[in-house]
Amino acid sequence: MDEKRVPLLEMRNIRKSFFGIPVLQDVNFDLYPGEVHILLGENGAGKSTLMKILSAAYRLDAGQIIIDGQEQHYRVPADAQKAGISTIYQHFNQCPHLTVAENIFLGRPPRTRFGLINWQKMNHDARVALSNVSTNLDPRMRIGTLSVASRQVVEIVSAISRRTRILVMDEPTAALSEQEVQRLFELIHSLTERGVGIIYISHRLEELQSVGDRVTVLRDGRNMGTHKIAEVGLDSLVRLMIGRDLHQTHLTPLPADTPETLRVEKLTRRGQFESVSFSVRRGEIVGISGLMGSGRTELAQSIFGVHVPDSGEIYVRGQRVNIRIPGDAVKLGIGFLTEDRLGDGLGASMSIRENMSLPMWASGQGYAYGLFLNRRKERQLSDDYGRRLNVRAATMSLPVRYLSGGNQQKVVLAKWLIARCSILIVDEPTAGIDIGAKEEVHRLLIHFARQEGGTVIMISSDLPEVLKLSDRILVMAEGRLVKELQRIEATEEIVMGHSLQTIRG
Amino acid sequence: MTEMLQNEQLSKSSPIRRSHHWLREFQQHPAVSLTAILLLMWLILSRLSPYFFTLGNVLEITLQAAVVAMIAAGETFVILSGGIDLSVGSIFAMSAMAAGLVMQAQMPVPVVLAAGLLTGALCGFANGLGVSKLQLPPFIVTLGSMSILRGFALLVNKGIPIFGANPDFAFLGQGRVFDLLPVPSLIVLGVYILCWFILRQTPFGRFTYAIGSNPEAARLAGVGMVRQTIGIYVLCGTLAGLAGMTEASRLSSAQPAGGVGLELDAIGAVVIGGTSLFGGEGNILATLVGALLIATIRNGLNIVGIEAFWQNVVTGFIIVLAVYLDRLRRVHRAA
Repeated sequence: MDEKRVPLLEMRNIRKSFFGIPVLQDVNFDLYPGEVHILLGENGAGKSTLMKILSAAYRLDAGQIIIDGQEQHYRVPADAQKAGISTIYQHFNQCPHLTVAENIFLGRPPRTRFGLINWQKMNHDARVALSNVSTNLDPRMRIGTLSVASRQVVEIVSAISRRTRILVMDEPTAALSEQEVQRLFELIHSLTERGVGIIYISHRLEELQSVGDRVTVLRDGRNMGTHKIAEVGLDSLVRLMIGRDLHQTHLTPLPADTPETLRVEKLTRRGQFESVSFSVRRGEIVGISGLMGSGRTELAQSIFGVHVPDSGEIYVRGQRVNIRIPGDAVKLGIGFLTEDRLGDGLGASMSIRENMSLPMWASGQGYAYGLFLNRRKERQLSDDYGRRLNVRAATMSLPVRYLSGGNQQKVVLAKWLIARCSILIVDEPTAGIDIGAKEEVHRLLIHFARQEGGTVIMISSDLPEVLKLSDRILVMAEGRLVKELQRIEATEEIVMGHSLQTIRG
Repeated sequence: MTEMLQNEQLSKSSPIRRSHHWLREFQQHPAVSLTAILLLMWLILSRLSPYFFTLGNVLEITLQAAVVAMIAAGETFVILSGGIDLSVGSIFAMSAMAAGLVMQAQMPVPVVLAAGLLTGALCGFANGLGVSKLQLPPFIVTLGSMSILRGFALLVNKGIPIFGANPDFAFLGQGRVFDLLPVPSLIVLGVYILCWFILRQTPFGRFTYAIGSNPEAARLAGVGMVRQTIGIYVLCGTLAGLAGMTEASRLSSAQPAGGVGLELDAIGAVVIGGTSLFGGEGNILATLVGALLIATIRNGLNIVGIEAFWQNVVTGFIIVLAVYLDRLRRVHRAA
């Protein structure tokens, strides 16, 4: 990048606080035309806040935003859009029931002479815009029927057609396959050739080198430095991000001859999984691996009572149990950390504290005089676990919606630890959280199993994670348990090979 | 090292947290700002009429607010849980009629009261069953039961009001403690203290918020959804029954067509109190202030001598204004 050129965007000394707590402190950031500038940082480091200030979703407390040398004083998101800024969020801002063309021209459809929508022109223009990025999506398809990758392309096309010059992409590769990522990078490259500046937010360190020109690291709301990608190593980026070397947690040896805690026999739910049997014991971490649709999540849900299985038996600590609703499972000391934190893990409007204590109350623990909420105990426990799990919030009475993904995940974990569950089922425990928080979650799971004598059943699509944490790995394919692997015999290739196995015939 | 980061963060934030913590919480309490509006209204009205701000009239306002306040207390639970109960006006009439029939049969007053409360509870139970077991939207279930129960209330005595003058029963709606304090106002006070306590200190209250905040998360945390939901609607129905009997006692008659539109006043009081119609957020004391606010408008405009039809206009504006102010307060707090 030629530093003497005029920057497309300069953000100077940006400051922002929430509830009196500073989340951005004098952050400087700039972007040149045709550049991909990567914004790196842990959850809660201030990346999204900075970008929301840029797109005028938040107002800044102090600082300047300068585009093409001109200071901007915009107040509403539409002003930012006029200034040429578009953002593509992880969860797209699209209307799933409308067509591709309608979404591209949302709010500014071409009109006929009579002021009605000119469908012909809209579909034609959309087709041209789509073919400009060499895709042949049908503009008349409904957005909701498209894959994530296609929806992303539509967002990008929509941004280009708004004459976007600064494009913010928030975790664009999070839900893409390897091939789709390559296509996206090509698309990004073609955008930069037209002089568009791209701000690229990512957790995935591996992809930085293949897409970025420069990188800026944020930590605790401060700019830790801007570097050219070619001149900085991954290790030092990690150190800048988390403020220390990444501490690799290792699995400690499994204690021998501990008693069985959970056994499942011939569990079947038609169309989802069939005749699954396995058993786990105290102190053990068992990974369940398999492709999406292999029945692993449905299996976990059935053990927990989310769905009732058609047949089969479940034994908890040697006793045959009948789990009809999640409440039954919770009372038996089973916890379930779901894949979708905000969808079914947390009440967004409730405080961290109230979220943390909910399963404890629901399982009938912690009451004063057997009837009333012991609020002092609630406060002590939530403060204590907030500290132990390193939940970053000024106070535990903050609503959880203000927390970053990683911190929300720790709150979900704390829920089950506070309820003193002994069997913890975790479904994609580290999806969408940064490496620092991921390490912490791993450390907590190991601690829970080995030090506190719990049992962990872990479902994960992240193979390295499964291999790193599991004492045993159960591989599922097409609703059946096809292989059980011991820790020492498992490699990515072997696990993957069994996952792809089909059982027909 | 993580420990250190943690401490650093805590020390950074603690001064802000400590100073004026309780004061801020007090200022931000929804009931506080609303009470300020209520007092302001009283001040203006007392300027306009010398009769307004007398002890007698203030007690009269609390009496006029009593029926709506009782129903609104139950409605607060339902709305907090993410539901809505449109049938409270019909339950109100149904319970009054049931109590009236029992009284006609010369039963003692405690049995009459029990009959009215039980009728309310049963109606609520049916609503709760529809919402939890049949998994229908609360709006639909209670829209249906609003009509069904109104029909039954009219059917039980062929649409004729039941008149009766058991002096003991009359105490419920007409009595005054120390010849001063209206009994319904005291009942309201008791109901709100109890409900406030339930919401704050009991699992039932906490689960009500939890269900409203995110029903799926509450279920997966082990909250028994069927039991909890039924409990909420039973509570709401019982309080509507209590209100129905109070009104019957005040009028010395049970009116099968009484309480039409009462659900809207009750929902109005809840909403003025800042409880979110999406559930999960709200405060019951603010509902009480909301009910008093509605009663104040009615009473004040009467005393000042403004035509009664204007009361509807003003009440409507107040509902919209109150929710708008609450939104501003929230936005201000978040940004």
